[in-house]
Amino acid sequence: MRRRIRGASIPILFVALWEAGSRAGALPNDTFSRPLDIVVAGARAFTDGSILIATWQTIEAALAGFAFAASVGVLCGALLGLAPRLERIVGPTVDALRPIPAIALMPLALLMFGFGLTMEASVVAFACVWPVLLVTIAAVRGIEPRLLELARTLEMPFGSSLRKIILPAALARIVVGLRVSVGVSLVVAITVEIVINPRGLGYGMIIASQSLKPDLMYAQLLWLGFLGWGLNEALSRAARRWPGAQP
Amino acid sequence: MRRLRLVSGVGAALFAAALLVLWQVLADREFISPVFFPTPTRTLAELYRQVAEGTIWTPLGATTLRMFYGWVLASLLGVVIGAAIGSSRTAREFLEPLLEFTRPLPASAIIPAAILFLGLSNAMSISVIAFGAIWPVLLASVHGFSSVEPQLLEVSGTLRLTRAQFIAKIAAPSALPDILAGARVSLAISLILAVVTEMQASQPGLGHNILLAQRSFRSPELYAGIVTLGLMGFVVNQGILKVEERLLGWRAPGQP
Repeated sequence: MRRRIRGASIPILFVALWEAGSRAGALPNDTFSRPLDIVVAGARAFTDGSILIATWQTIEAALAGFAFAASVGVLCGALLGLAPRLERIVGPTVDALRPIPAIALMPLALLMFGFGLTMEASVVAFACVWPVLLVTIAAVRGIEPRLLELARTLEMPFGSSLRKIILPAALARIVVGLRVSVGVSLVVAITVEIVINPRGLGYGMIIASQSLKPDLMYAQLLWLGFLGWGLNEALSRAARRWPGAQP
Repeated sequence: MRRLRLVSGVGAALFAAALLVLWQVLADREFISPVFFPTPTRTLAELYRQVAEGTIWTPLGATTLRMFYGWVLASLLGVVIGAAIGSSRTAREFLEPLLEFTRPLPASAIIPAAILFLGLSNAMSISVIAFGAIWPVLLASVHGFSSVEPQLLEVSGTLRLTRAQFIAKIAAPSALPDILAGARVSLAISLILAVVTEMQASQPGLGHNILLAQRSFRSPELYAGIVTLGLMGFVVNQGILKVEERLLGWRAPGQP
């Protein structure tokens, strides 16, 4: 109980000071906008559905990029994990590409795909593929060698040994990489929207701030905070369900 | 063993070279659009021109400085707050819920708010960088300060160290490896956010340059910028690894 009170005390104090300050006129309204106004703006955005549409646009792009990155990362990772010689040959090229910030590819993606979903999803995919790829390589390499021998003895084709032996044996560790990537996907999607792509929550915030509606901008920021927090909670719950999936 | 390494090294170089040659040929013959994929030689020529004419240094320096200031600010704040939370339960109870809520927030999402307060300025971009880059250091230093070895706790009890002495002499050195590992992640984030804020707020730097190159369809320049940023990410990471090695030289090798 004491923990709860202490934890809530700083945010409550902060909001109370903020409200009091703007009522007294000490805080300029065009940058601080009163907490009550923020709640009202948020409620309005929810009732007319605009914030939900924007949220869906963001999540759609994040999911599309993540799904693409996850499939490419797991497939290539499994392949490279099984063939250490190939991995030694391809590895340095991967290491050379990895430090490129995904954000730096944003202008390139814009040049290639124009504004819209594809461009955003492709940047998300580039950012998300590395954690999955690296974790999958490590996980597949850590598979008990006898299991692989079994697959060879049974003369399984690659497809079914991937499905029946390799992925199940490596799954618990691959999930760790996927978890990191899900977090990355939301962050990158929002960033792309804030910087160039005119869709989704990120763009909504930029527009609200530029058209001098700070209350709406803060409402969206809060909502985004809840989304990120919810995603984080859901992922760590899922990780607790999967024994061995903790990083 | 040594021979095997040599063979795979040559193989790796050949693979990378083959990809580049393939790209060169495809773009030269215009199988892939040279607007989107200019030939690697054109990108290299552009990079060479920038280095020869010296035009690369100003934006490179601006981005590096911005990244560095943001990172230093994030590291200082992260270590101080992390030390407070890691060594005092009261501080933890007051601050933790707030931090749990702000941490998953994408750092770029506070750009619109930061612009409202600070305008399109260097201060805006440094504060956004600091906000985004603080978490790895903060979490690492919370962990480092709260997991001091029990034996060391007993030692400090026996020596009757004051709290300040305990933090300076025992907790800080034992948290240092965690903090440095966190600082390395923070530096990578700082570089990304430096580029993001440059693009969003038109601050001079590499990020702004590649956006300008894209807008005027100067794709070799765009690629040259991307290559520079990739190299910068690599160099920065290697550099801090070296610093880490040097600072942690007193630890027995092989210790986690």
